[in-house]
Amino acid sequence: MYEINYSGRAVACTENETVLECLLRNGIEHPHSCRNGSCQTCMVQAVAGSVPQQASAPLKPSLREQGYFLPCICHPQDNLDIRPVAIMERLQVAVTGIKSLGRNLVQVKLQRPEGFAYRPGQFINLFRDDNISRCYSLASHPHHEDELVLHVRRLPHGRVSGWIHDELSQGDKIEVSGPLGDSFYVVDDQQQPLMLIGTGTGLAPLYGIIRDALHHGHTGPIHLYHGARDAADLYLGEELQRLQAEYGHFHYVPCVSGQASGDRYAAGRALDVALQRHPQLKGWRVFLCGNPEMVKLARKRAFMAGAAMQDIYADAFTVSA
Amino acid sequence: MSQSLFEKIGGTAAVDAAVDVFYRKVLSDERISDFFDAVDMERQAAKQKAFLTMALGGPNNYSGADMRRGHAHLVARGLNDAHFDAVMENLAATLQELNVPAELIAEAAAICESTRNDVLGR
Repeated sequence: MYEINYSGRAVACTENETVLECLLRNGIEHPHSCRNGSCQTCMVQAVAGSVPQQASAPLKPSLREQGYFLPCICHPQDNLDIRPVAIMERLQVAVTGIKSLGRNLVQVKLQRPEGFAYRPGQFINLFRDDNISRCYSLASHPHHEDELVLHVRRLPHGRVSGWIHDELSQGDKIEVSGPLGDSFYVVDDQQQPLMLIGTGTGLAPLYGIIRDALHHGHTGPIHLYHGARDAADLYLGEELQRLQAEYGHFHYVPCVSGQASGDRYAAGRALDVALQRHPQLKGWRVFLCGNPEMVKLARKRAFMAGAAMQDIYADAFTVSA
Repeated sequence: MSQSLFEKIGGTAAVDAAVDVFYRKVLSDERISDFFDAVDMERQAAKQKAFLTMALGGPNNYSGADMRRGHAHLVARGLNDAHFDAVMENLAATLQELNVPAELIAEAAAICESTRNDVLGR
């Protein structure tokens, strides 16, 4: 049992709970969202006590050094004095365009704030109002697009996605914060084969990552498997085929797991098709994005197929209405 | 001064090399994979690394009480000697695969063996 001192208020953290769970159980309304170490909404700073390495692992080294960590993934091993961080600065941006990309799917373009630097594949928080925000991946690449580009699927009863689809329009001003996330291309081994598997709008960050790898002159083969149940939910096909025609080492395989006619699509789930064609992933770098169940399973299968744990980049889209 | 087991094996670099091999073996071992399956893989991998560091005589701060606390929920799910033996087997197979000499593997096995009663909550 360890004591957590939260801005002067002391609470006891029990054996099996995280620091965040402990705060909430004690009625401390600490802001949080994903509860799995992805969104960084709940980030706090430790002013005393040592933080388990795991709890700050998803953060940038520059943040770790200052004692920042994520209470939602922190099982304390020491008494901790923590304080909430000034919430990540929110930036007001204009909506510069919204267009349909397919069934229940729109592309949203936002003006990129001055000095806003990001890596393709990262995500931002988009605020509907002071209390409701959702994470959206960036599909844009700063070299190719001046704006920030998001792919937004309308979710059943989605309080933010529904609002974006039904109410948001060009010229509106909204607030965002970020960028966040550590699933992006790092210039390292340029010959390393890359495997990217995405479902649904999991394509958005992968599209940025692929173009970033090509932008940096990656020479190893790059394989993208994009899956959906219905062909109608696949998108960006023309752009990806154009990219494939331009770069001989980029391979795009759209996959349909439900009924599909013709031979334009591989039959089956993207993960299955990818691993059937590439059963050995030793030495590969793997990017996984989309449905959390797919990402979890894919991480395990990619690892068992030989990919090193540190070469697997996963971004699970946790869905909230 | 004689080298420690950890130094002889190759230190942190050896653990880094061993962790993926070991974790793959554990996940594909049907006798014990259920104990490892439900949890977040990156977090698990970090734990495997901590375990290997300890087993190879590297720096660690685990006490017997930590071992008991850390495995209590698994003991409640039926963790027993057979599972402990399976982990020991996978550890030995991993080190063999990495061409660690037999006498060093025996040393690592002895370190693990010393935690058996704490891990199994006895």
